[in-house]
Amino acid sequence: MGYVLVKGGSGAIKNAGRLVGSLRSATPMKVSQIQGRLRLSVDQVMGEGGLYAPELAALAIRQSDGDLIAASFLIRAYRSTLPRIGYSETSDTRDMFVLRRISSAFKEIPGRQILGPSIDYTERLLDFEERDVVDDADADREFGAEKSDIPKFKKVSELLRGNGLLEDVSADDETSDDACDEPCDITRESIRFPAPRSARLQTLARGETGAMLALAYSSLRGYGSVHPTIAELRVGHVSLRIKHPYTGNDVSVGDVLVTECEGILSGVGATEITADNRFSLGYGLVFGQNEKKAISMSILDGTMRVSEPKTPAEDQEFVLYHIDGIDAMGFVEHLKLPHYVTFQSSLDRIRAVKNERAGEVSDD
Amino acid sequence: MTELSTLQGTDQTEKGYNFAFLDEFTKREIRRKILKAVAIPGYQVPFGSREMPLAKGWGTGGIQITLSIIGKSDVLKVIDQGSDESVNAVNIRNLVSRMTGVETTTDTGRATIIQTRHRIPEEPLTEDQIMVFQVPFPEPLRTIEPSEQVTRRMHAEQDYSGMWLHLYEDIVKHGRITIGARYPCLVNGRHLMDPSPIPRWDVPRLHKSPVLHLFCAGREKRIYAIPPHTPVEPLEFEDYRFETEDFRGKVCERCGSSDTFLDEIIDDATGNARYLCSDTSFCEKRQRGEDV
Repeated sequence: MGYVLVKGGSGAIKNAGRLVGSLRSATPMKVSQIQGRLRLSVDQVMGEGGLYAPELAALAIRQSDGDLIAASFLIRAYRSTLPRIGYSETSDTRDMFVLRRISSAFKEIPGRQILGPSIDYTERLLDFEERDVVDDADADREFGAEKSDIPKFKKVSELLRGNGLLEDVSADDETSDDACDEPCDITRESIRFPAPRSARLQTLARGETGAMLALAYSSLRGYGSVHPTIAELRVGHVSLRIKHPYTGNDVSVGDVLVTECEGILSGVGATEITADNRFSLGYGLVFGQNEKKAISMSILDGTMRVSEPKTPAEDQEFVLYHIDGIDAMGFVEHLKLPHYVTFQSSLDRIRAVKNERAGEVSDD
Repeated sequence: MTELSTLQGTDQTEKGYNFAFLDEFTKREIRRKILKAVAIPGYQVPFGSREMPLAKGWGTGGIQITLSIIGKSDVLKVIDQGSDESVNAVNIRNLVSRMTGVETTTDTGRATIIQTRHRIPEEPLTEDQIMVFQVPFPEPLRTIEPSEQVTRRMHAEQDYSGMWLHLYEDIVKHGRITIGARYPCLVNGRHLMDPSPIPRWDVPRLHKSPVLHLFCAGREKRIYAIPPHTPVEPLEFEDYRFETEDFRGKVCERCGSSDTFLDEIIDDATGNARYLCSDTSFCEKRQRGEDV
């Protein structure tokens, strides 16, 4: 299809969308199946889409044939239609209902390490028996513990801070030009540079997992100096509260599953120490269970606090402008749109230059 | 332009969506940013761009402006590369039509809002019309400076020496200025502006035009404007002038125009170049013998 010149392009455009349906060869999966069996995909889409809505995320995954950036994009576009009616109160992750909690800084931590649900300690062998499983009636669901069984845990970072080894929380916004107490909201006001830490963290929390992983890896591997030790990585449910508009009391509006990472910017071999002889902390918090993203976030939070950036991961603009999967996908894919006019303009210039040069040659 | 009766909940065009998709708080914010942009011609106003049901880079900025200013009595035209039938134009027209139910047209003269990618219609526009441009790169200085923090300071200080030097080096290397589309322009004698990737052909038509031109980059989250009758001057040297695309000796093979921007088409059979008007609505009017 000559997709500008041909009259009746509208029909072809409609059919292109319909043809996608013709490639779906099996019966549709239930949204509940996607939500229940592809939970990490659902978590990733909620994080990158910036909307905690597991069922909608599952629907988006099905609609986008499993393309997670496309699914996140459906969620973001839907999110634009929802009025912002308020902000939640600050949640304290010390009150988290913990499913998993590990520290790589200390062998023993108060409250113990809790491995929880993780494939970290399994062999990465393709399970051929799994292929034919259709009925999961025998699935092991006997792990359910009562909420009251699980205690609240102090944070490892608090121990370090208590011992004067970690910088104060208030010290960690040295690059901010924003004195306001309220966190920024980059979905309402466009981000400005140098960006306050709240804007940086919000952007990271919505960032695309793969892009953040690549940039964090670049800093660990060779283009940077930050190599954190994970003080604590925890996965669990955090309750969200809002102020009731009439009574003014805090009201719980539900739980969200989150992954939190606190990385001590210590370095392996090289140790990064602040001016007052303390470690600094990189922070990551993402929706759902997405540990590689939470760790990447804590690394990038750390790298972007370097006062004189020398590597890509240390440059705020470089990191924050390029980790958004929806921005990146849209702009790269827009190259498929017609560019006849701009290309005609370029053709005109290259021909003019060629003629100019040809003229010079014949003048000689 | 949006009436009170079109507020959420009272009159929904598409199930589950507000009139013109965006919620009213968002429209109000965008309209405020438009007013600021109009007040400082050519200045890029940051705004809280929303994700739209179009991919970033496919006109999400333009559509946010259109949906924020459109009312029920408006008539909308959408073009891409001058054509009403291009994939991008069809997508956007369908979306607005679905979300607002407003009348759409391909006739430039009838439209009250014209959303465009890469062209300005050939037909003269009037002060009753608003042009909405889709912008991929709002920052004209980005080619010479990658950092947003630095380019904002350059605009504040009106430090455009880097861009002048860029043009000078271009001439030294190639014998002329080689910028194709997106030719940098000085607006109202103050702000350097990227006119979006319109061809150089369209640039002179921005100068003191009676039309309100609104530009919006969704991904880059910037709105800027050229109010009616504002001077818009492409950067040029006294001895190396700004040049539009050269179509001398070429005519549109459909309508015979020799005064329009032409698309070059490679003929399947002969491999030779053929030429057609890029503005399809204009071309059809000429073919019908209408006075345009």
